[in-house]
This record gives sequence, structure tokens and C-alpha cells, in this order.
Amino acid sequence: MADRPGATGAARRAGAGWRRPGLAYLLLLPALALELLVHLVPMAVGVWMSFRELTQFFIRNWSAAPWAGLRNYRVALDVDSAIGASLLRSLWITLAYALLVVAGSWLLGFVAALLLQRPMRSRGLLRTLFLVPYALPAYAAVIAWNFLLQRDNGMLNHLLVDNLHLTDDRAFWLLGDRSFVAVVLVSVWRHWPFAFLIIMAGMQNIPTDLYEAAAIDGAGPGQQIRRVTLPMLRPVNLVLVLVLFLWTFNDFTTPFVLFGAATPDQADLISVHIYQSSFVTWNFGLGSAMSVLLLLFLLLLTTGYLLLTARRRRRAV
Amino acid sequence: MLFEPRWFRWVRWVGLAFFTTIVLLPLYVMATSAAKPLRDVQGEFHWWPTELTLRPFADIWRTIPLGRYFLNSVLVSTAAALCSVLVAVFAAYAISRFRFPGRALFSVTVLSTQMFPGILFLLPLFLIYVNIDQLTGITLYGSRLGLVITYLTFSLPFSIWMLVGYFNSIPRELDEAALVDGAGPVGALLRVVVPVATPGIVAVAIYAFVTAWSEVLFASIMTSEQSRTLPVGLQLYSTQAGVYWNQVMAASLVVSVPVAAGFLMLQRFLVQGLTAGAVK
Repeated sequence: MADRPGATGAARRAGAGWRRPGLAYLLLLPALALELLVHLVPMAVGVWMSFRELTQFFIRNWSAAPWAGLRNYRVALDVDSAIGASLLRSLWITLAYALLVVAGSWLLGFVAALLLQRPMRSRGLLRTLFLVPYALPAYAAVIAWNFLLQRDNGMLNHLLVDNLHLTDDRAFWLLGDRSFVAVVLVSVWRHWPFAFLIIMAGMQNIPTDLYEAAAIDGAGPGQQIRRVTLPMLRPVNLVLVLVLFLWTFNDFTTPFVLFGAATPDQADLISVHIYQSSFVTWNFGLGSAMSVLLLLFLLLLTTGYLLLTARRRRRAV
Repeated sequence: MLFEPRWFRWVRWVGLAFFTTIVLLPLYVMATSAAKPLRDVQGEFHWWPTELTLRPFADIWRTIPLGRYFLNSVLVSTAAALCSVLVAVFAAYAISRFRFPGRALFSVTVLSTQMFPGILFLLPLFLIYVNIDQLTGITLYGSRLGLVITYLTFSLPFSIWMLVGYFNSIPRELDEAALVDGAGPVGALLRVVVPVATPGIVAVAIYAFVTAWSEVLFASIMTSEQSRTLPVGLQLYSTQAGVYWNQVMAASLVVSVPVAAGFLMLQRFLVQGLTAGAVK
């Protein structure tokens, strides 16, 4: 009895320990310092760089780079010049790429999750197998695809021309128009397991009663999917689609490893485009201006997406 | 659970066969090509090797200094994973248990950096590292240290996010009891929370390791010949006079197996972490 007031006092002190912001900041300090060094300061520096004439002569002495005002932005946005036109083109290609990859990955992931929803003997095995493309290091998977897509000694042409006789012409998959198809294909192959993983987790949280009720009302699989699965997955899907979109939009590994130094014009994705225009010409000022524009574009798109989905959610309620 | 009529069973088997095929086909080609003699991969493609050989697995170490790249990748990824976990555990504990001004701002800022294009950080970071070198003599550009620092922040946001979810699921009474016993908050974290959260911490460590192991963009700029890691090194097979595709496939398998195995063991934790974060 005599102990109790002391114990509550200690517990209160313990709770008070958690309310000491000083210690919290101390615990956060390493994370904060690293985030500052690698993310926040570079972002600020990037914006600063975009207003400078930062060419190769000033890399080691960047503070001496002359002020450029908005010139870098004007060059990047001038669609009549070669630089601006190719940047805009690259943006459209990237947008198409991201939309196709998100749609394809989501669709495959959703169908696979649906097919594996029921417990069955091979479920765990298949689930693990389906995750393998995502589990491979991205560059290793893309290098393998580079081999599969070779014109003369690759598997895909052998399959299409010699085995299935679908076409007589051995296509160049890594050059010209088909290179866009190739990069989308490889990216979907790599990303759909992620969609599968998330959608599968989302499906587990849908109460079975809902399906039971729908089945009693005479709903077939199609209607159960439309009336139960999809609406219940909506919150998961909203996040999944956004994350997938941002990942693929910023994707560097797939095009860079698939095409090497010679990116075909048709598959000129924006990250590689900025990378190459920065490190080929060593014009970091212009490269930074392009990066900042890319960030603004993504922020605009993300905000629009979030507002749109939030408004629809409110209407639905 | 979906209620299915009988015909749906057929749909399921056809569908699952389709998915199995698209996953296995490239893996099959990878594995068999790695066991082919060079002439087999240079001429027209064949489904089966004319002669099964393990020589590519021996040759990969000689064609390029793969051993050094491998060691670099192991060192960089391990160091990045360990540091990332250490930093993330403290930060996650602060966010999970303490109430302090700036808590929400910190979480949002850290998470949103995850969504920004890597290219945005690349040029400034390159410049910053070059200049830190000049000012202080600490070589970050072209060194393994620079890579470790860069990579550990890549995995940090997600690691913190996952660990906050994990710590939140551990009853506060546990560390309160430790506090009552006279341990400080850090003591409570290390002696009570960390042991309970070990599965989550291991998952985060594997995640950080895999992230570092697979990174291409920064590795392609920030490494020198001495500090080169696998993602960049592997591309050297194709810049040789002829591409040794059998060796490329063998090397891809060798660098994939350890991390793929780690990832597949981790998948359950990843799903838990992701859904826990999404629910909140």
C-alpha cells in the first residue's frame, strides 16, 4: 500500500521522460543529420545550381560559377530549341512509360492475387515464385532481359520466329520503335510482383462475410470482384498506384542497364535523359534546372492525384 | 474469399500456369545459358546447351575483377545496412514514444524524400562530395565511405517507417516497467524494446542491404575503379570485345542468389510493415 503512490509517481516520471523533447531530438539527430547531408541540403544546392552557369570549368570551384538567372530554365523550357524539344519529348515518353507500366503491373498483380486467394496446396510455393522477379537485384534482372532481347542470339526472337512462327522477321528489340515496347515489357516483369504482394495483403483483410452475402444474393465471380473486392481494395490501390507511378516515372535502372550508353530516342526516359545531358556536356546548371522542373512536375501531379482521389472519397461517403 | 463456380477452377489453373511461365522463362534462360559453352550463346539461341559446363562460373572471376567488385558490394551494403538500422532504431523510438514539436514534420519530410527522383540529388551530391574532399580531405566522392553514407539514407525513411509501426505494436507498459526500474529511456529501448522487435529489425536490415546491393544510378557516378560495386561492374562484361553472355548470366545468378533469398525470407515482414503503415 505504501508502495503504490511511489510507483505511480515513478510511472508518471517515466511518462514525463517521454515528454522530454531534448532526448527525442538527440535520438533523431543522426537520422536528421544524414537526411540533411544527402537529401535536403543537396536539394537546396540543386535549386541554387540551376540558377548558375555551372559548366565543367567550375566543378571544383562552384562558388565562382557565374549567375545565370533564369537562363537554364529558359533553355530547358524552350520547345523550339533542340534541348527543350528533346526534354519535352522525353517527358511524354516517360509519362507513357509510367502509365503503361503501372496499368500492366497492377492488372497482372491483381489477377495473380485473385487466382491465389483461395488456400490450396501450392499457394505458398507459387506466391514465393511470383515474387522472384521483384526479389532479384534490378540490374541483374535487366541484364538477363538484355540477353533475352538480343536480335540474333536472344530467346524472344527464337520463340516468336522459330518456335511459334508468329513472324518471319527477327526484330531489333533494343533499337528503334520496339525499344519502347522492350523497356515497358521488362519494367512490367520487374514491378508486377510488387503490386501482387500489396494487393494480396489487401485482399486478406476483406471480411469473408461480404463475399458470403454477395454469393447468397446470387453474385457470380465477376460481380463479387466488382462489388466487393475492388471497392474494398480502394484504399490500398490508391497508395499502390501512386507509389508505382512515382517509382517507374523516376526509374533509372531499367533503361540505363537495358540500353547501356546508347539509349534509343524512342525509349529516352527522363532520368537517363537528364543524366546523359548532364554528364555528357558537364553542364550541371542545365541538368539541375531540368531536375527541378521534373520535381515540380511530379509534385503537381501528386498533389492533383491526392486532391482528386480525396474529393472522390468524400463524395462517396 | 471469393466464392467460385466450378468453371472458375479452370480459369485459375490456366491463369496460374501463365504467371508461372512468364516468371520462369527468363529464369530458365538465365540458368541454362550460364551453363552453356561460349559458342552456344554467340550463335542462334537454343533451349538446351550442346554441352553442360560449369566453366562460366569459374571464368567470371577472371574476365573482370569480379571478386573486388563483390567485396566492395558486400562491404558497402553491410555497412550501410548496419548503420541504417542503428540510426533508424533510435529515430523510430523517438517518433513512436515521444511527443515533441516537429514530430509530424519530420516524418512527412523524411518519407517524401523517398518519392523524389534520384537524379535530383545526384548532381548536387556529386558537387558536395567533391568539395568536401577539397576542403577537409575526407574522400567521399569515389570512395566506399561516400557510398555507404549515401545508401544508408536511401533505406532510412522506409526503415524508420516500418520500425515506428513495429514499436507502436509493442505495449508501452513494457518499457514503462523498465523506466520504473530505473533504466533511462535509452536503456529501456536497448534492453526491452529492441529484443522484442528483433524480427522487425532484421527485416529492416535485410531491406537496407538489398537496397544498397541493387543501386545503380549513384554507383555509376560515385565509384572509382577501386571502389566499383557490382551493379556497375557487371556491365563491363558487355563492353569487352565480344559479349560473354554465358558469363554474364552466370555472374547475374551469383550476385542475385544471396539477396533474392534474403528478400524472399523477408516478404512476410515487408507486407506487415507496409500494411501497418498504410492503415495508420
